[in-house]
Amino acid sequence: MSILVYTESENGKFKKAALEVVSYAKAVADQMDTTVTAVAVNAEDVEVLGAYGASKVLLVKDESLKAFNAKKYAAILEGAAKNEGTNVVVLSASANSKYLAPMLAVGLDAGYVSNVIEAPSNVSPFTVKRSAFTNKAFATTEINTDIKIIGLSNNSFGLVESGGSASVENFSPEIPDSGVTVESVDKATDKVSIADAEIVVSGGRGLKGPENWGMIEELAEVLGAATACSKPVSDLGWRPHSEHVGQTGKPVASNLYIAIGISGAIQHLAGINASKVKVVINTDPEAPFFKAADYGIVGDAFEVVPKLIEKLKAFKAANA
Amino acid sequence: MKILVCISHVPDTTSKINFTEGDSKLDTNGVQFVINPNDEFGLTRAMWFKEKQGASVDVVNVGGPETEPTLRKALAIGADSAIRVNTDATDGYAVAKQLAKVVSDGGYDLVIAGRESIDYNGAMVPGMLAAMIDANFITNCISLEIDGTTAKAVREIDGGKETVSTSLPLVIGGQKGLVEESDLRIPNMRGIMMARKKPLNVIEPTDVSAETKVVSFEKPAPKGAVKLVDTDNIDELVSLLHNEAKVI
Repeated sequence: MSILVYTESENGKFKKAALEVVSYAKAVADQMDTTVTAVAVNAEDVEVLGAYGASKVLLVKDESLKAFNAKKYAAILEGAAKNEGTNVVVLSASANSKYLAPMLAVGLDAGYVSNVIEAPSNVSPFTVKRSAFTNKAFATTEINTDIKIIGLSNNSFGLVESGGSASVENFSPEIPDSGVTVESVDKATDKVSIADAEIVVSGGRGLKGPENWGMIEELAEVLGAATACSKPVSDLGWRPHSEHVGQTGKPVASNLYIAIGISGAIQHLAGINASKVKVVINTDPEAPFFKAADYGIVGDAFEVVPKLIEKLKAFKAANA
Repeated sequence: MKILVCISHVPDTTSKINFTEGDSKLDTNGVQFVINPNDEFGLTRAMWFKEKQGASVDVVNVGGPETEPTLRKALAIGADSAIRVNTDATDGYAVAKQLAKVVSDGGYDLVIAGRESIDYNGAMVPGMLAAMIDANFITNCISLEIDGTTAKAVREIDGGKETVSTSLPLVIGGQKGLVEESDLRIPNMRGIMMARKKPLNVIEPTDVSAETKVVSFEKPAPKGAVKLVDTDNIDELVSLLHNEAKVI
């Protein structure tokens, strides 16, 4: 009966999104008068999940699962859902969760709704609000199957500590063969990823060249932010494709998005509009980004950004 | 190799989105429809396989007659034939079920869909389809090479990318990177003329009911005007972000 939640970890440590989906699952469990069971793979310090509302943690320890594999992980969750007699499964919007969710949905005959942005407005019929049309609209959606799968948008619900504790059980479900083998992973381990970041600092063509990215990286470092860029910048090869955010690039749903020298083409805005607070720094007061932003500075990035870095450093020092 | 490319018929990004019939349906008045961008990258990669390695490329859409111009465009780009499953695309599950039948009946080795459509953004059809037909599945795919029945692919992950190996039958959730924007093809007059003569087969749907239902759509509340901060007063921005927006 309990609500099942997949808590993603990396090198043993839970991601922030894992704590957010537990917080969300707890809210759903309260609405349905039940408890939250979390599933974790090769994670350490699993007790922390109790503080966010999990009553039980099913912990899978298996070296062969070190590299994420969507089919195998979907099978773990399917096994856990069946053991627990789960009616609702909650997942995050990480690339890995979005990869396994459709397979899990088929395995459980469950209706799946992704990009959900708030707690269910009703649990019978089960009704949730999701973003659609690349953040240009919301769709209130009913799920009509016995088992429901919710994919929660990052940073949409936030972390809610409920101060409980969780029991931990080892869980060893049957793991199927997977036809997909990971050969190699290429990942910067010392940087915040765009998906995990609470703050994203993004640069556009207004920065004039790749040699000027030092200040973008410095600003990101001061804020603990991820760096990103507009499409023209990645097309020109100034920055890697993996930093391109926008409709055909990576989606951004951060708490704060700072756009520097980005005019705000509609395809760019579509990809970043789910961010809560947007700041634009641009020389052109007519740039479309000013219509989408919450705060703006009309000015030269080369003058404004160093000043902003200095002020933020002072702010951080004063608030440390 | 038999390739099927799934084509979503979606409003162009620049279209204004409005709703009708009590906010339950997209108002298609004045909306320009296009091939879903993520699908177009996949279609272009499929054309590369056809030309360089020898393959047949069919395209498929689940939708009403109004989606046919989008399928004709895919034919003009170079697909050999098109299939339209004649039913409304009610939810990702129902679409995947219809596609599963098309794939099984057609004996396709490789199915390329987009990682998500830019209208519903569900990111569910390719994964569900793969699970239904018991094929291998790779999403967020930014590079794909096929050699006989084996495949090597690169996929984007949060914070980087990974290289994977797998085998056919295979379903791909594709995106930019499969080919670059500069590789996309604008249909020429010859392509458009030929597309008129290529088969577009309309098939009747199998009996499937959707698992989810959109009750209503709404648009975000209109945004307030931007607060401008003077370049000589950057302290104010820091203060606004801390005290008002509470994001730092």
